[in-house]
Amino acid sequence: MAATILALIGLLVYELYAGARLGLARYGLSFLVGQSWDPVFQRFGALPAIYGTVVSSLLALAIAGPLGLLAAIFLAELAPARLEAPLSFLIELLASIPSVVYGLWGLYVLAAILRQPVGRLLHINLGFLPVFSCTPLGVGMLAAVAILAIMILPYVTAVARDVLRAVPNAQREAMLALGATRWETIWRAVVPYARSGIVGGLMLGLGRAVGETMAVTMVIGNRPDVSACVFNPAYTLASLIANEFTEATYPLYVSALIELGLILFGVTLVLNAVARLLVWRAGRGMERGHV
Amino acid sequence: MNPRRLPNLTYAGRKAVNGLMLAATALSAALAVAALTAVLGYVAVNGVSALNLGFFTQLPTPVGVPGGGIANAIVGSLIVVGLATLFALPIGLGAGIYLSEYGHNAFGDLVRFLADVLSGVPSIVMGIFAYTLIVARQSHFSALSAGFALGVMMLPAITRTTEEMLRLVPDSLREGALALGLPRWRTTVSMVLPTVAGGVITGGVLAIGRVAGETAPLLFTAFGNPFWSVNINQPIATLPHMLFTYAISPYDDWRAKAWGTALVLAALVLLASLLARHFGRQRHVG
Repeated sequence: MAATILALIGLLVYELYAGARLGLARYGLSFLVGQSWDPVFQRFGALPAIYGTVVSSLLALAIAGPLGLLAAIFLAELAPARLEAPLSFLIELLASIPSVVYGLWGLYVLAAILRQPVGRLLHINLGFLPVFSCTPLGVGMLAAVAILAIMILPYVTAVARDVLRAVPNAQREAMLALGATRWETIWRAVVPYARSGIVGGLMLGLGRAVGETMAVTMVIGNRPDVSACVFNPAYTLASLIANEFTEATYPLYVSALIELGLILFGVTLVLNAVARLLVWRAGRGMERGHV
Repeated sequence: MNPRRLPNLTYAGRKAVNGLMLAATALSAALAVAALTAVLGYVAVNGVSALNLGFFTQLPTPVGVPGGGIANAIVGSLIVVGLATLFALPIGLGAGIYLSEYGHNAFGDLVRFLADVLSGVPSIVMGIFAYTLIVARQSHFSALSAGFALGVMMLPAITRTTEEMLRLVPDSLREGALALGLPRWRTTVSMVLPTVAGGVITGGVLAIGRVAGETAPLLFTAFGNPFWSVNINQPIATLPHMLFTYAISPYDDWRAKAWGTALVLAALVLLASLLARHFGRQRHVG
């Protein structure tokens, strides 16, 4: 049975490779930097989708990371037990909502907020910046970033909370005995001690953001363009596959889409492997009493 | 820890930073909860108005035809998730037992690592996998291929929960059974497994809840089906996929149904998660 898992992974890699072979043979490495995705003229370049994936996930992490860490500090260090349990529970519920439900909410509620009050305000006041220079349409990069940030927040929070909890009390007591304030204790004695575990949690969150499909597909606007403006529609690897796979009409098209899947698989593989290693090392280091 | 210089702040300044940052942490936690309330609140309010008895018992109607429901998608989701469980449960249990009872070697570590890798594979990639492996070979979409895709996604969770639960069983129990002359497999099956049944079921329900809401792997495996179908070798309607179809449609009555479907789906998934939690807690207390 354990060997089945091994076999399944092997099969997964083989099938992806076999499916992408046609595209790999045709484009080689230039697939990664090809700037146009135009199935009608059989031109396939992954750059717009790669750009969209990288930008949307990193921006989402830049929002959810600090928020998640602060929320985790509140849960692990400050909240009284009576408040902590229900709050943790609610934040974990946030993680169990299906992504297509987030997509629905993002499409009809979030996108509307981002188009009218938020988007217009940014566009009018900060429109001289390239990032806010185009007309806010509602759906687009910004909507994808916002929905991704909401979706990975519970993951970042949960991992950081668990790692912070595992920090031995001696760390806190020593710092408090030196006359540090509560915040100084947390920021200078507890968080550095848990650093590698927290970074691991952030990378797990990033991995989820990179692979997230449905919610992003529904709000990002789906246009294979590279644009600096966050209001413009964009595309991610996952949403490009989701939208076009069933419409791919000739073998090279299908193969190019599978090749996108292969890239996606490779990226999340590396992210997850490093993240697990960090979280695991953090746990082991704490058991031994040092980092 | 490296000695670091504290900032040159007066005591009052340090107190102010302290208060400010502590407030920021509370605010962040509140923001996360607010996001949850906003999402679930909208789904509940907009969803309830789409619900009626017919919504649960009727088939979907074409655009403009009043009435209609999602009966086929509810049944379809049950079938697909059932198939996934049938696939993942035996393999996951077996692998978990192996890892806990015999897997303290390099091979066990490799499998553990690969199970973690598998749990991080994006769901859309799982869809491609099931497509090239089953759909492309059979030349038609099917509930079976969707069940396979979801099953592979459940596998790591079931494996790791089983292993972690079995680890909690004290060795004295195993030693006692072995001392009575029971063979190793009998010890595992009759002594060790029954003590962790509750925990394994909890893990299973959580895993089911997680894949039941997955849409991406179903796009090109289950494909969706506007008619009644319980044939596992045919395309089948499922709740998440139907929700997606309705949500991105340009018709108002379909969008209303999307909210209704979202409410049903979210309620089912949250219910599974609550149930698992409830039983998990009872086990610890009792």
